[in-house]
Amino acid sequence: MSPLLVFEGITKRFGGVPVLRDITLALPAGITLGLVGENGAGKTTLMNILGGNLRPDAGQMTWDGRSYAPAGPADAAAAGIAFVHQELNLFPNLSIAENLFLTRFPRCGGWPLIHRRALAAETTRWLREVELAAPPDTPVERLSAGERQLVEIARALSSQPRLILFDEPTTSLSDRETRKFFSLLERLRARGLTMIYISHTLEDVLRLSDQVAVLRDGALVAHGPREEFDKDRLVTLMVGRRLDRLFPVRQPAGEPVKPSRAAERADAADQTSQASGRPKVASVSSPSAPVLEVRGLTRSGVVHDISFELHAGEVLGLFGLMGAGRSELAQILFGLEPFERGSIRVRGRPLASPRPIRCLREGMAFLTENRHEDGLALEASIADNLALVTLRRHARHGTGWLNRATLAEAVRGIREAVRLTPTAPDSAPVRTLSGGNQQKVVLGKWLLAQPQVLILDEPTRGIDVGAKFEIYQLILQRAEAGAGVLLISSELEELVGLCDRMLVMRRGELVDELRRAAFDRERILRAALHERSVA
Amino acid sequence: MNPARQRAALLALNNVPLALFATALLGFGALAPSFLSPANLLNLLVQASATAILATGATFVLLTAGVDLSVGAIMFVAAALSGKLLLAQGWSPPLVLAGMVLLGGLYGVLNGFLVARLGLIAFIATLGTQYLGRGFGMWLTETRAMNLPESFTQLASARCLGVPLPVVVAALVIGLAHGLLIRTPLGRQVYAVGQDAAAARKAGINVPQVLWLVYGVCGLCAGLGGAVALAQIGSVAPTFGMNREFSAIAAAVLGGTSLFGGRGRVWPGTAFGAVLIQAVENGLHNANADPYLYPLVTGGIIFVAVLLDSVRSRLLTALGRRRIRPDEATVANP
Repeated sequence: MSPLLVFEGITKRFGGVPVLRDITLALPAGITLGLVGENGAGKTTLMNILGGNLRPDAGQMTWDGRSYAPAGPADAAAAGIAFVHQELNLFPNLSIAENLFLTRFPRCGGWPLIHRRALAAETTRWLREVELAAPPDTPVERLSAGERQLVEIARALSSQPRLILFDEPTTSLSDRETRKFFSLLERLRARGLTMIYISHTLEDVLRLSDQVAVLRDGALVAHGPREEFDKDRLVTLMVGRRLDRLFPVRQPAGEPVKPSRAAERADAADQTSQASGRPKVASVSSPSAPVLEVRGLTRSGVVHDISFELHAGEVLGLFGLMGAGRSELAQILFGLEPFERGSIRVRGRPLASPRPIRCLREGMAFLTENRHEDGLALEASIADNLALVTLRRHARHGTGWLNRATLAEAVRGIREAVRLTPTAPDSAPVRTLSGGNQQKVVLGKWLLAQPQVLILDEPTRGIDVGAKFEIYQLILQRAEAGAGVLLISSELEELVGLCDRMLVMRRGELVDELRRAAFDRERILRAALHERSVA
Repeated sequence: MNPARQRAALLALNNVPLALFATALLGFGALAPSFLSPANLLNLLVQASATAILATGATFVLLTAGVDLSVGAIMFVAAALSGKLLLAQGWSPPLVLAGMVLLGGLYGVLNGFLVARLGLIAFIATLGTQYLGRGFGMWLTETRAMNLPESFTQLASARCLGVPLPVVVAALVIGLAHGLLIRTPLGRQVYAVGQDAAAARKAGINVPQVLWLVYGVCGLCAGLGGAVALAQIGSVAPTFGMNREFSAIAAAVLGGTSLFGGRGRVWPGTAFGAVLIQAVENGLHNANADPYLYPLVTGGIIFVAVLLDSVRSRLLTALGRRRIRPDEATVANP
């Protein structure tokens, strides 16, 4: 059978960093391809290229025997390719029917009037297909997340595509909904629809697919019939060492800080302590005293019974796949989201109802995963951004006016400490900096506050290798200065390189804990991957 | 709050305007029995008709999370020009009426151009056109009041099948607008744009076209509402139409239209909101309240409506949030 879709030598770089390397893959019509890979392996980029959201730097695609180079999502839709994305793209204020037919309503004759009966009938037909028992005029906002996912699938089906791509379609579904969804997939497959199924639930992939392809680090490392794979082999294929990553020297945790190690980094650490005007070792406490203690933290539907301790001087990694609840946990810890049960203690003191301002006073800091939206005032200057958290310290007694001299001093000190590019003046808007320098500004802003508990959510996302290395150094310096660092990352390699201990999160729960000596990439990934026992 | 309780709260919030309406009618009825007489209720509808037409236009713009501050200025320009045409040029009243509506529509298209094409913030763009309109009207009238001929003002007291003409016009506008929003593809796309303009663009909706439409409709309504108010008042004063955009927006919000976009209906929402605003004034008048109290009471009601709108919006955000552990959070469809 001639293939329906062919990728030929697809290559894509972001800012010089290759994210897809020479992908060549042929997809026969009527089969289901399971596509697996770690976070950042390139699955999403490949699908964006297929969907017309991105253009490849090299290589081409063939669709149904003809050359296919979509200029936008409309071209992909016209070719008969539909997507069911992980995040929901519905309008909650509109009805199910309106979401399905928003740009192609059935009309009454030549009039611009919606043919309501035809609309309801068409919608009912597709809802029956996905086994969602809701009237077509139900507003989407009344549906549960799982039901919304079914609507999304119905929308994809209603365009009567030849290929449907499912990207983590079951993360919002309950077990019952998942079972229904799987039987739907079976029916679609029996009807000869071609599908690409992306999931971190390897059991599902093995069960639903005819063929499996594994991406690692932007390259296709395996592709073949399902029979050639089992879960162990998939995990082994997905885990790969990246040789281009460098990490600063790190010694096992839990041991007292050795003088030699302190001396190693004396010059860099000195810069940090000078900038903040406090002696370097003053805050180093005994490794037995946790700076952050979390017990039974629960928020229903989000995180469940989270307990861990973070010690002074420790870098604690938190690994998990997208949607495991890592960022949500960090937001709860920093008082940005509420929790229902459990306790948080910072340096021995209970934090009953955390608010960011209280967390700050207790010596916590939180670098968010999205620096553009949450981390920076993009149009404000470098100096203003750096001073944001510690501005009060520079207010004069009595009047409250800013002491610009001490402020400028602090900004200069921290700029040197984080090695911010010297070419940009203090007054330059942060928007004009590179991603790496922007991230240094965010980190510098928090380091000025000398946090004892530093929570970092994806601190090296989207920055170049050189800046990554410098950020790693800053993280370790802060730990050596006595802070506990909770490092959230999707890059396993980064956590293995930096952490003393690692926690693994899955579906809102902590499922594994490993000490540095016992770091095992396969075990970590296996723990993070979803287990499923849906019949 | 758990999702089930959030849903219940949402249901209650969505019905608050109706409750307010009933409370106002019954309350004023209890204070002054004459308030609930058929004659006064009809009078109430006549008084509310201009506001209802203006608020219908405002609803379109609010649905896209925009705002039109030039409504009152449009009324003034149209009134000033029609005064000139009636008095100096001797145009016939129906022709002048049509001219007012057309002028309002053109003015709305100008707003649409600024917002949809040039991408200006609606607040600033329409603040600019508000000053423009006021200035132009002042220049036309040389700030002198004009008294209009009876041939024009009698339109306000004319009846059509026994119903006062302003009420008929308002009912027609509300019916047409309701049909446009609920029954046409373009109308439904207005709601999508208001919910999330970026997502609407990705879904293949022509967002600028939708914006042109809503500002155009708002301008048409401003012209027509101005004509109704002008016929009722009978003269063009320099303050004509002043601040009418605010009572229009207030009526829409009282009727459940969200300032955050994507939510609201002309019927029954905005229509009832307009009558409610008028009922407060009328009722206070019937109860012989101090006239200086009117704005205080109206302001208080509007404040409550806006507060409820923001509470509702927060609840909706919370309900729409993604769940990591679906089995825990799944709530049956109510």
